[in-house]
Amino acid sequence: MIKSAADLKPGQRGMVKDFTDEYISLKLLEMGVLPGTEIEMKFAAPLGDPICVDVSGYALSLRLEEARTIILS
Amino acid sequence: MKRAINVALVGNPNAGKTSVFNLLTGMNQKVGNFPGVTMDKVSGHYSFQGESTMVLDLPGTYSIYPRSMDERVVFDFLSDENAHDYPDKIIAVADASNLERNLLLFSQILDLGQPTILALTMLDMANKQGINIDITALEKEFNTKVVTINGRNGDGLEELKEAILESREVEYTALYDVRELSPEIIPVIKEKFDLKNDYIAYQYAQQTYSKSFLSNDDMQFIADAKVKYNFCDRQFQTTETVERYKIIRQKLSEIVTRSQPGEIKTRTSKLDKILTHKIYGYLIFMAVLLLMFQSIFEWANPFMDWIDLGFAQLSAFARSILPSGVLTNLIAEGIIPGLGGVVIFIPQIALLFCFISILEESGYMSRVVFLTDKIMRKFGLNGKSIVPLISGVACAIPAIMATRNIESWKDRIITIFVTPFMSCSARLPVYAILISLVIPDTRVLGIFNLQGLTLMFLYLLGFFGAIFSALILQKILKVKERSYFIMELPVYRWPKWKNVWITIFSKSRTFVLEAGKIILAISIVLWVLASYGPGDRFDQASTAVQNTYPTLDTTSVEFENALSAYKLENSYAGILGKSIEPVIRPLGYDWKIGIALITSFAAREVFVGTIATIYSVGDEENESTIKDKLKAEINPETGLPMYTFALGLSLMIFYAFAMQCMSTLAVVYRETKSIKWPILQLIYMSGLAYICALIAYQVFK
Repeated sequence: MIKSAADLKPGQRGMVKDFTDEYISLKLLEMGVLPGTEIEMKFAAPLGDPICVDVSGYALSLRLEEARTIILS
Repeated sequence: MKRAINVALVGNPNAGKTSVFNLLTGMNQKVGNFPGVTMDKVSGHYSFQGESTMVLDLPGTYSIYPRSMDERVVFDFLSDENAHDYPDKIIAVADASNLERNLLLFSQILDLGQPTILALTMLDMANKQGINIDITALEKEFNTKVVTINGRNGDGLEELKEAILESREVEYTALYDVRELSPEIIPVIKEKFDLKNDYIAYQYAQQTYSKSFLSNDDMQFIADAKVKYNFCDRQFQTTETVERYKIIRQKLSEIVTRSQPGEIKTRTSKLDKILTHKIYGYLIFMAVLLLMFQSIFEWANPFMDWIDLGFAQLSAFARSILPSGVLTNLIAEGIIPGLGGVVIFIPQIALLFCFISILEESGYMSRVVFLTDKIMRKFGLNGKSIVPLISGVACAIPAIMATRNIESWKDRIITIFVTPFMSCSARLPVYAILISLVIPDTRVLGIFNLQGLTLMFLYLLGFFGAIFSALILQKILKVKERSYFIMELPVYRWPKWKNVWITIFSKSRTFVLEAGKIILAISIVLWVLASYGPGDRFDQASTAVQNTYPTLDTTSVEFENALSAYKLENSYAGILGKSIEPVIRPLGYDWKIGIALITSFAAREVFVGTIATIYSVGDEENESTIKDKLKAEINPETGLPMYTFALGLSLMIFYAFAMQCMSTLAVVYRETKSIKWPILQLIYMSGLAYICALIAYQVFK
């Protein structure tokens, strides 16, 4: 099964491999989510969505729907 | 006179751009418009060593490619060399604690070829996090001037001002060569528009349609060339971004060194554990809300009373020193109360923006957005809509002004559209009198007061009106812009009080200047409508009242009251009230309520005062007198009391939904820069109010 950033549990890390949505990926790339970058799942909002991940030293929040477009290796 | 130096500030959101702007310009700021877009243009000026400098604060953005309406402004502005305020220098503000990501935008700005200064903020924070930056190496690697600036105490400000004056002719070399992407199209565009470098030409191709200064022919020319040379926007953007990051990472590998991680990160993590906790997170948010409401209603009250009293005294004073006549009446009864109606909102607006600014500065606002996004999304809104909706309970005007930071245009429009449904403080006096009139003061289930429950019902009605309308609007609004929620959660830090003060000051000023002129104009029109009538009815007023009430002493208070009631009835407003009677009859209203509906069109709270005048109650302040008068009112058709439960309910529902606030319409126009939205809002809200009030009256009659 292909693992996406939405599958990470708090504290888990993963390496970004690819994106499934070109439009969202452009925004993510700008925010420093690049292939080869490590992301760490920090915590989810109380209702489980959106989530907060750590990317190259800062906290980025995104919806699960967007996290699903980030394929991890 | 020497031409002022133009400087533009660019940078990521949360990078401290606004702090740098406030440090440079202080209170010398003004808000204008960018041509052709619905964005405010915030600029300021200062003088340094005899040179006058204009600073333009561009919207915060993560890259040169626009993702929202306001971000479009950035490249549009930076690429129009013919604009009168085209910047001589660009200051790129970058957060030192997050240098890599901040340098993406900087590298794109640098490649535009205009002299650029890199202003590094939050270096102290970076150092605490164990990040060390070799400034000299940074200057050398990127071939640019670097200034470190402390947004908190202003260290480095002198150096920045000196750097702005300094002329530094550096050999321009692009950090990233875009010819690799599309070798053919760049020379074509460059030659056609006489552009100074490849990157600008490349951006003409990337952002053809977001440029306000290109003619349709020019756009067509570029579009044709893009097809001819197979220019793939998104693919090139992706490659460019990835390549730029590669260059930046490679350059930074020698410049930035890391030691042990510091305390700031841990502090933010610890705070996030509590503030975004499953239970405490919402509890704390509720507590913050409670504090905000409490302060907006309680703390602002004395100030609002003073303003009210002050303007009443000013009116009396004007009347006493000016010769009596039409002009004096206009000043004392039209202009001064009209101005008062604007100024009275300032305490609430200032307090609200004080809170919002502190919450934003501290980083908590991002968490509120994070906490509520999932709930709001269901209704076509966005986590960022929560702030305006909450603020709307105090007053829709500052609430609508607070929608600015919603990036998605669709989400922002929906938020602006539904915010006035929230029961604002101006509805409270209307609700209070109607509830006391038609709802019995009894207890339900032993503990709940029926009148209190009704008030709560009305607030909920407003809230559900907003949510329901958002749902409808979400379905019918067709927008190309895709909404997403990818947002940085900044670290928690103490608010910078200077920024808070400047926010309060500039927002209040914007409100007074922009909404104020419309409120004032409408107040004057309404005054004319209520003070004049056709023919000689007004001249004959005194005689007519004497004929009706032959027993009254012409100098008594009762006579004065009867006279003003007669005058209002025979004024243009009165005639309008009577003429709309057929329309409002199905709702249970008569012409007297019609007059109140018309006068309270500009502001809801005027209802109480008008009702008082129509039923010729002398003392407007005394609610129980008004209540007694209304209770005694008999419906001529039925011979029973006029103010029945059905009428009261119908009126309350009407006031809950109807768009009866000129100031809100004015501010919606200002924020959307389109007459379409306030008109739609007026029709939709008032139409909904009419239908719901009609149903309520017909069912309970």
